[in-house]
Amino acid sequence: MAFNIYDFTTLTHNIHVGLAESFSPVLATTIEWVIVGVVYLLFVALFGLFLVYAERKVCAAFQQRLGPTRVGPWGLLQTIADFIKLLMKELIMPRKADWFLYNLAPFIVIIASFLAIAVLPFAPGLQSLDFDIGVFYLTAVSSVGVIGILLAGWSSNNKYSLIGAMRSGAQILSYELSVSLSLLTMVVFAGTMQFSAIVEGQRDAWFIFSGHIPAIIAFVVFLIAGTAETNRGPFDLAEAESELVAGFHTEYSGIKFAMFFLAEYINLFIVSAVAATVFLGGWMPLHFGNFESFNHVMDFIPPVMWFFMKVLTVIFIIMWFKWTFPRLRVDQILTLEWKYLLPINLVNILLMALVVLTKFHF
Amino acid sequence: MSEIKEVIVKTDRLATDKYQVNMGPQHPSTHGVLRLLVTLEGEKVLNVQPHTGYIHSGIEKMCEAISYPQIIHLTDRMDYLSAHMSNEAVSLCVENALQIEVPDRVKYIRTIMDELTRLASHQLWWCVYGMDLGALTTFFYGLRDRELILDIFEETCGARMTVSYNTPGGLMFDIHPNFQKRVKDYIKYFKTKLPEYDQLLSGNVIMRERTEGIGYLTLEEAIDFGVTGPSGRASGFSNDVRKHQPYSAYPFVKFNEILDHRCDSLARYEVRIKEMWESISIIEQLIDNIPEGDYALKMKGVLKLPEGEFYQRVETARGEFGVFIVSDGKKNPYRLKFRSPGFSNLFALNKMAKGHKIADLVAIMSTLDLIIPDIDR
Repeated sequence: MAFNIYDFTTLTHNIHVGLAESFSPVLATTIEWVIVGVVYLLFVALFGLFLVYAERKVCAAFQQRLGPTRVGPWGLLQTIADFIKLLMKELIMPRKADWFLYNLAPFIVIIASFLAIAVLPFAPGLQSLDFDIGVFYLTAVSSVGVIGILLAGWSSNNKYSLIGAMRSGAQILSYELSVSLSLLTMVVFAGTMQFSAIVEGQRDAWFIFSGHIPAIIAFVVFLIAGTAETNRGPFDLAEAESELVAGFHTEYSGIKFAMFFLAEYINLFIVSAVAATVFLGGWMPLHFGNFESFNHVMDFIPPVMWFFMKVLTVIFIIMWFKWTFPRLRVDQILTLEWKYLLPINLVNILLMALVVLTKFHF
Repeated sequence: MSEIKEVIVKTDRLATDKYQVNMGPQHPSTHGVLRLLVTLEGEKVLNVQPHTGYIHSGIEKMCEAISYPQIIHLTDRMDYLSAHMSNEAVSLCVENALQIEVPDRVKYIRTIMDELTRLASHQLWWCVYGMDLGALTTFFYGLRDRELILDIFEETCGARMTVSYNTPGGLMFDIHPNFQKRVKDYIKYFKTKLPEYDQLLSGNVIMRERTEGIGYLTLEEAIDFGVTGPSGRASGFSNDVRKHQPYSAYPFVKFNEILDHRCDSLARYEVRIKEMWESISIIEQLIDNIPEGDYALKMKGVLKLPEGEFYQRVETARGEFGVFIVSDGKKNPYRLKFRSPGFSNLFALNKMAKGHKIADLVAIMSTLDLIIPDIDR
């Protein structure tokens, strides 16, 4: 099978043809689904492990220390050791907790993350679902995660978990608006909601460059709202206010806690990936219009590497926020969204619409 | 049940109940074993009642059974971040009672160690304060610098934190030959690092939002509660013992008493940062001019204070620390009482936190810089 790292379409085409020859159509499709599912599961698991390790190392660098160094070379096996420990812990359930909802909550959170990952374009040909309402679909399924959080807080039968879940729920619902509106700004600019078309449209220049001012404003708003969406950084009162409220996942132990924990890092990946796709060009290398020689040099790096470099840069910036800033209080978080980010977003959409209509862009 | 019905009928807002929550003796944050019974209405704090005594060790009673030089070692452990100043308080009290004057060398060294202790205490306060607010990196920056001071203490006094370096009549042993050079190098190093603290936390808009206007304590209230130290000075209460009743080498140095009139958490924060600069300046004035001489007077083996009552106050990093000794002529005190700054500062917390939210309560408590063994003794 030809394996072209620059364009995965050949690989997927060859697999499809190979399966269709050997099996009946129904069986071939089923096998393809299974393969895609397994690939995603592996990716989520490995990338989640990697992100936990990266967070610890990045955090240590900001705090002028080393981070994990003993378990495996450069501490690489640290997260694996942590997850083995979590797997072996006893699963304690509070007595009066609602059994069904209590066990369902971690799954809903992970399912929401998987649904969102499915539409992301990793490389040309490496995109499993390509709806023509891709952006709309993404914002819709990322709202499913809130249900898991609220269920977790409610079914734990714990006053403090409920307060934590309520706060977290309010925060995520509010910032959904800002996320959607800043993505909408870029949809106005791109003229399409389909992810592959958005990435194609950045062949001449990334949107953050060609959309100049409104795109930069949208990017900043998206970063802020994205960190708030994932309950991270300066917006982490729901899980770090440990003097009184220990967060919605207090009563979860062992593998169920690991699900919440993993979901948080996967959400971080999703937010960064969406930022990288819509603003920074996705898998598109850095091109500058008609500058042929420069574009040709940039094309040497495979698109899949471009994608991951951009995602890792945005992840690094988001981690930077967390380890530098103090925490906001809950009323300050909601004030920020409703009184500042939302009006800015609305004005920005108007601005972007004007820019598109007057063709005042690159 | 009838009260609840009344509430629902009378008000047309949502009837919210008051509920009491324990911020229990074990805290994930670092303040030690203090129990706060907080009455909340929704997110708003209505009343804060501290319950102390979880680490009461009977230090004052223990002092009645031991001799005066032995009391020094117990005073280390009360306010352990101002160990040297507490030791100095007892030594000065005994020296004044016996009416002896220590050599100038002792005075200079005591003051230098005082100011180093104050620096170390404020560094720890800063790093914990940032952590309480959520800026977890401040913890490491503050501790990184504090470790160097603790190394200096270890070389000269033998211990990092509970130094027990003072004794009635002078010091336990002379300073290490490296002491002056290490302190001078440290001051040079720390002057480049203290602006980093400002860069990381002081100017941050999130931090300002969480501290400006929060935890208001007027001047009259500060005097009423007896809130001394930086917390009182941030309300405009001029209470620096180093200025009002100077002891040791403080008459020989020039420094400012930092007063602020804004009375809120941000004022308490900035007073402590400015005090760190003042401490640096005091150390710089003294470190090169330590007079030669004895490091201690020759004292009798068994110290007996004359009959009577003696009081000595010093300025620790938290406020005014006082030692009150009632002696009946024997070699142990008849009664010894410590006036601890934390005890008075703690009970102003209720006044400061009323009407604010839960998250603010933790931040306000952090600006008071409480050390619980100091409160409970």
